[in-house]
Amino acid sequence: MKQYVMGNGAIALGALAAGVGLVAGYPGTPSSEIIETIAKTPHEGVHLEWSVNEKAALEVAAAAAYSGARALVTMKQMGLNVASDPLMSVAYIGVRGGLVIVSADDPGPISSQTEQDTRRFADFCRIPVFDPSSPEEAYEMIQEAFEVSERYGTPVLFRPTTRVCHAYASVTAPDHFQPKPWDGFEKDSSRWVIFPRLSYANHGKMEERNRQIARDFSASRFNRTEHPQAVRAVLTSGVSYAYARECLKGREDIRLIRIATAFPFPEDFALKALEGAEEVLCLEELSPWLEEQVLKLAGKHHLNLRIRGKLDGSVPHNGENSANLTARLLREVFGVETAGGQTDLSDAPPLPVRPPVLCAGCPHRASFYAVKQAMKGRKAFFCGDIGCYTLGNAMPLDMVDTCLCMGAGITMAQGLNHVNEGAVCFAFTGDSTFFASGMTGVVNAVTNEADLVLCVLDNSTTAMTGHQPHPGTGRNMMNHTFTPVSIRKVLEGIGVRKIVTVNPLHLEESIRAVRECADLPGVKAILFESPCVAITRPEGKCAVRADQCTGCRKCIREIGCPALITSRGKAAIDRNLCTGCGLCAQICPVGAIGGEKR
Amino acid sequence: MNRDILICGVGGQGTVLASKIIAAAAMEEGWTVHSAETIGMAQRGGSVTSHVRIGEEAFSPLIPRGGADLLLAFEPAEAVRNLVYLKPGGTAVVNTQAVRPVTESLKPTGYDGAQMTEYLKQKCACLFVDGEAVCKPFGSAKFFNIILLGIAAGSGHLGLKRGSVLHQMSLNIPERFLEINRQAFEAGFALGEKESR
Repeated sequence: MKQYVMGNGAIALGALAAGVGLVAGYPGTPSSEIIETIAKTPHEGVHLEWSVNEKAALEVAAAAAYSGARALVTMKQMGLNVASDPLMSVAYIGVRGGLVIVSADDPGPISSQTEQDTRRFADFCRIPVFDPSSPEEAYEMIQEAFEVSERYGTPVLFRPTTRVCHAYASVTAPDHFQPKPWDGFEKDSSRWVIFPRLSYANHGKMEERNRQIARDFSASRFNRTEHPQAVRAVLTSGVSYAYARECLKGREDIRLIRIATAFPFPEDFALKALEGAEEVLCLEELSPWLEEQVLKLAGKHHLNLRIRGKLDGSVPHNGENSANLTARLLREVFGVETAGGQTDLSDAPPLPVRPPVLCAGCPHRASFYAVKQAMKGRKAFFCGDIGCYTLGNAMPLDMVDTCLCMGAGITMAQGLNHVNEGAVCFAFTGDSTFFASGMTGVVNAVTNEADLVLCVLDNSTTAMTGHQPHPGTGRNMMNHTFTPVSIRKVLEGIGVRKIVTVNPLHLEESIRAVRECADLPGVKAILFESPCVAITRPEGKCAVRADQCTGCRKCIREIGCPALITSRGKAAIDRNLCTGCGLCAQICPVGAIGGEKR
Repeated sequence: MNRDILICGVGGQGTVLASKIIAAAAMEEGWTVHSAETIGMAQRGGSVTSHVRIGEEAFSPLIPRGGADLLLAFEPAEAVRNLVYLKPGGTAVVNTQAVRPVTESLKPTGYDGAQMTEYLKQKCACLFVDGEAVCKPFGSAKFFNIILLGIAAGSGHLGLKRGSVLHQMSLNIPERFLEINRQAFEAGFALGEKESR
């Protein structure tokens, strides 16, 4: 059946068509829709889960692959850092069933902390990697990735980028999916138990095998050369190939080379593709991986080839590629004009900026505001984390002093506490982040006697990535219910003695809880519980009584809710946005804002 | 046919549904289609764009700057922000109703969109739509996306048939909202036809 799907949907359908039997992952833009598509697609007998984090997902999937099943793991590139511990080791141990790890890279970066390159990880772990250029190709390529994984008994990386993950195209996939049958786990401690001797032996085999895979990749249908007679060449990978094709359509004076299998580098193919070329421009996003391989190749084979790219300063290192950037580089490097005209817009009026903000009625706003009010006039540090609540950094809240990576808020608050006497140290974490990598940080704090206030902003979902369930929601991806994991009980078990649960939308009570916790020694936890407004029915609407509003603008200045606007010098509420959370009503010094319950 | 359509607006205005229907209608008419959407953090009150590329010549998911045949702008400042994508000689269908940024209440700049529409007039062929006025009979700004779709189709700028758009609406809009959306589309279509005369 022909379907119009997102790139992530194409990857999901490709994995199902390859007979995947187990799928595990952790949400992260731009990868989240792969597992969501599998959940929505009719299939039989596939185990599907959002794991607690990427490390868990890969370990679950690795054991399934040891048992002969085909297994898929999905994550964003930052998640691969979390999963790198099992990844390095499973690279040495190998698999029986195909194991494909999708790690979606994010050039730009558009919604990530780094511009890291999964192809480097493939080299680091010595395992193959595939790099699709479009959704249609991703559908085919992930099936090939499973074949290679099983043929060589190695985990395989698959790295799409944002513009492949989030592009839509038509894909023809079967209507019905069934996992490829497997025969189950067979005990063999000489194979499945990692010991130095085994690693030594397998390391040698991996390198030998990689030479063979490189030869296979040299014949891969995904690596290709167009217009081989041209002496000037463009070498591309991923979506950059699509941009280059677009810029070079109708031209035969530029050779276009595309390498989709970055590691093991298909040396024979590259050598042939570059035969007779005098100059090559390397157009690839993130790191100059192909460029470095061509430099090695040129050294090894004494090629008389001028290599242009990121390393000689011809191409920017950072940011994503585009058709326009490709056109500019072709002009600058080769003097080739490709693009059509553009209207001159240098005289455009200044445009309003639209930074992302917490939604109207978001309970995180209320939690941050309560802590801010309680700590007014005191020295306090606020360690943030990854999720919607990173947006608490924006004015007027300005409540995020640090943000590093998943779970780091809890541990960084400890570091700040140990070397900054007299400061009250706060850690903010979301519910999903708490389970993903926050819990161990709390154990660390209790063990090493840190003084900190842990604020769990529990909105009963993984909001930022599209509202995925997590251990605290009580429903999993198999659509089964289970007893939700209680954050309070986890904290009690760790030994946190002071735990307060409050509704952040009750401002006075929340401020009291923060004040109470701030001066106690040790680890204190405040559980701010209120569901995400994007998945709950609004409670009603608030309204400003214009005759009572003095126009002091305190509500606007203090909380920055998008539903609060000014109208004729007075505060007003945009009824299309208001959820009736009532935070502004609790802030108004003259009581001019009233709630209206549904 | 090769036709690149850029849809732009502010998160929450319904640009995604509009692009979905355009893409599906083009496919129904037998064209190869590629598209791309803004996803993630920017959706929350931020600037959003959808790129719809119809035809065999589109290799990448994004329309290059200077490449769009049609700019469907749900907001005047977003039209200016994305005007760089419009081909010289292309057309912009633009809502004149401004959406003030959240920061406007905190740091007022007096932005109301008028300066943007004036600028657009000098730069390209424009079809302006008063979003508030056209939505009035339907009682909610939520129908603007479908009305705009109707205007683009009726004026001929969309390059797609009325029947295929209506059919795809019926497949992409929940049954209970379909009739009112169909009326919204027809009202827009009639407006568009009138404008093109």
